[in-house]
Amino acid sequence: MSNIPYILKERPDTGLNNSKLGIWIFLASEVMLFGGLFSAYVFLRLAAPEGDFDYWGSKLNIPMATFNTMMLITSSVTMVMSWASLKLKQFDKYKMYLGVTILCALAFLVVKYFEYTGKFHHGIYPSSSTFMGIYFTLTGLHVLHIIGGLIVLIYLWTNQADKMWAENPELLANRVEVTGLYWHFVDLVWIFLFPILYLL
Amino acid sequence: MSDNHHHEENFFQKYIWSVDHKVIGIQYGITSLLFLLFGFSLMAVMRYQLAYPESVIPYIGNWFFSESGGVMLPENYNTLGAMHGTIMIFLGVVPLAVGAFGNYLVPLQVGAPDMAFPKLNAASYWSYFVGGVIMMASFFTPEGAARSGWTSYPPLSIFESGQTLWLIGMVFLITSSLLGSMNIIVTIVQLRAPGLTWFRLPFFTWTQLVTSFLLILAFPPLEAAAVLQLMDRIAGTSFFLPSGLVYAGSAVEAYGNGSPLLWQHLFWFLAHPEVYVLILPAIGIVGEILANNTRKPLWGYKSLVYAISFLGFMSFIVWAHHMFLTGMGQTMSAFFQLTTMIISIPSVVVLTAFFISLWGGSIRFNTPMLFALSFLPMFGIGGLTGLPLGVAASDIYLHDTYYVIGHFHYVVAPGTLFALFAGIYYWFPKITGRQLHEGMGKLHFYPSFLAMNGVFMPMFIQGLAGLSRRMYDGGQQYAHASDVLHWNEFMTISAFILGLAQIPFILNIFITLSTKKSEDRNPWKSTTIEWSAPSPPLPHVNFESAVAVHRGPYEYSVPEREEDYYPQTSP
Repeated sequence: MSNIPYILKERPDTGLNNSKLGIWIFLASEVMLFGGLFSAYVFLRLAAPEGDFDYWGSKLNIPMATFNTMMLITSSVTMVMSWASLKLKQFDKYKMYLGVTILCALAFLVVKYFEYTGKFHHGIYPSSSTFMGIYFTLTGLHVLHIIGGLIVLIYLWTNQADKMWAENPELLANRVEVTGLYWHFVDLVWIFLFPILYLL
Repeated sequence: MSDNHHHEENFFQKYIWSVDHKVIGIQYGITSLLFLLFGFSLMAVMRYQLAYPESVIPYIGNWFFSESGGVMLPENYNTLGAMHGTIMIFLGVVPLAVGAFGNYLVPLQVGAPDMAFPKLNAASYWSYFVGGVIMMASFFTPEGAARSGWTSYPPLSIFESGQTLWLIGMVFLITSSLLGSMNIIVTIVQLRAPGLTWFRLPFFTWTQLVTSFLLILAFPPLEAAAVLQLMDRIAGTSFFLPSGLVYAGSAVEAYGNGSPLLWQHLFWFLAHPEVYVLILPAIGIVGEILANNTRKPLWGYKSLVYAISFLGFMSFIVWAHHMFLTGMGQTMSAFFQLTTMIISIPSVVVLTAFFISLWGGSIRFNTPMLFALSFLPMFGIGGLTGLPLGVAASDIYLHDTYYVIGHFHYVVAPGTLFALFAGIYYWFPKITGRQLHEGMGKLHFYPSFLAMNGVFMPMFIQGLAGLSRRMYDGGQQYAHASDVLHWNEFMTISAFILGLAQIPFILNIFITLSTKKSEDRNPWKSTTIEWSAPSPPLPHVNFESAVAVHRGPYEYSVPEREEDYYPQTSP
């Protein structure tokens, strides 16, 4: 497979390498996935009786979600820092920043866990109302995306990364960059989820 | 090329867990052809039931419908109908058109050693495989397979059994499509050989590019809808359940406030572009074969490319013409009626360009050409009968009748499927190094062609008479059906002849595979890049040396040239 061109090098006329184009197209499909669910949210909200969404929306925990928003924004920043450190050939800093990103993601998941179980303790389930249904579906799918990204981040933090850094630093930088694009997208989805579910 | 390919691969590495696009293409091809055969068998049982309702199904009835003494019950009919549609579209035609043809041919036609992401490519096939296994397994669960139609309209689909496995299977199939189409796009954009500019791409590759964009952008909303329906079934939400619903005589205990229309919007947002996913690769195959066998450049190549790109774009804004009868409102109907009329223009451009391509050519009537030629009128009938369905006023009369079934089967069965057969006959020498037998090919073509029309033409007559679809006994209790029901027997016999007509095709493949390989790598004297590779192309690298492209794809009968074709790779 090593004979496939433009794995790392950019193709001159498109200015992209394969994986970067691939991840952008993948993200386009993700936009459509969440776009479909956001449209469903709008559709259901318009069809719901007056005040139904407001009433159930007020049961969500805004401070917890605000904390989570901060966590994800921080993780996005440290993600870029870790990639930049790689480009500056500072492997230790890369590991440190990536570690912070992983910690932020874990913090997000822990808070989300307490948020979910808190709802269950009060007898609130997806079946409780249309709002709660779409809330659990949207945030649940987002959490799955976070977990998927987290697995890749942890892989890039293990000694596999050390090995790759020694053998092919360009490949590692490329993988971190592509993972970063995905990570930013997942954060961006949360930036949309936070206002429409918690604040509106 | 590189030294790391010299190690010997064992059987599993070579044929099962392969990352070579050619092997994966063949895996896709064999699997999807088997699914097509299985989907056809489901239809054959349904057709028998329609021709001779309430009678014992011969041979297999006592096996499958043992509780009712071999007679098909309404719910059995619903299961067969739902799974016929699902299997034919998601497990048969799309994997064959995009998975098999796209995988095998796109890297060859752009002069690349492989797909851009070989491992993702294998993941795509295996995800498809798992999805197929789940769909098949659902037949053997106590609940049985899905029975809410391939469209899975709620509220029915929320209550009917079998739907959960259908939804889970769909998630795997969607994942497979996403991985595959992402791969195809990156391959076409990034791995084009030096000199292969955009307007030197073969038309087939263009259709694969547009198809992949449709898959990438249209499938995720269905995935979203499938997740919502799964929540409705498993977590007790009511996204698609309106308030005050009564099912089977008792009030449904759910929060309500949901909307069945929401499912239809999300579903058709996928399923209309899906129609073009079915038809575009077929158009691409026909274009290649027409140019090759008329020994002329494809007429209006650039217009064709613009037409299919416009077609792809428009296919995202016509979906609600499937929903004129849902009461979504006149403004919506008016808008979607207009876009539907507009989208017929590029389809007509394609057909016209193909017909003009024939004009003045010295046509070779070999088997691939016969299938490709029959595509033109069959797709034409399918397309033109769609116009009355695109206008709300006439759709109100024709909706959910056999007319609709006739219409879309003309597009997909004698249309797309014939084009795919043409493609198999045309590229078989490239894949195996052996040419399929012409006589047996014709024995496959002529009966198939007649029987296809025998099955689907009477549907227009029945539909115009008002016969509803999805009736397990064909609608015997309705007075208006009595004049047209006698056609069912004719259609059923045609369907069985159609089944028999596939035997020469299957035999042809096995007999040809046992013959000696030919050294001729370009038996059709074709111009496109894949024919400059050995047959079959070399594992993992395809071409013996780096490919350079010097001209457009259809330089046939160039004046002042001795041969009547000028390959893209000749300097």
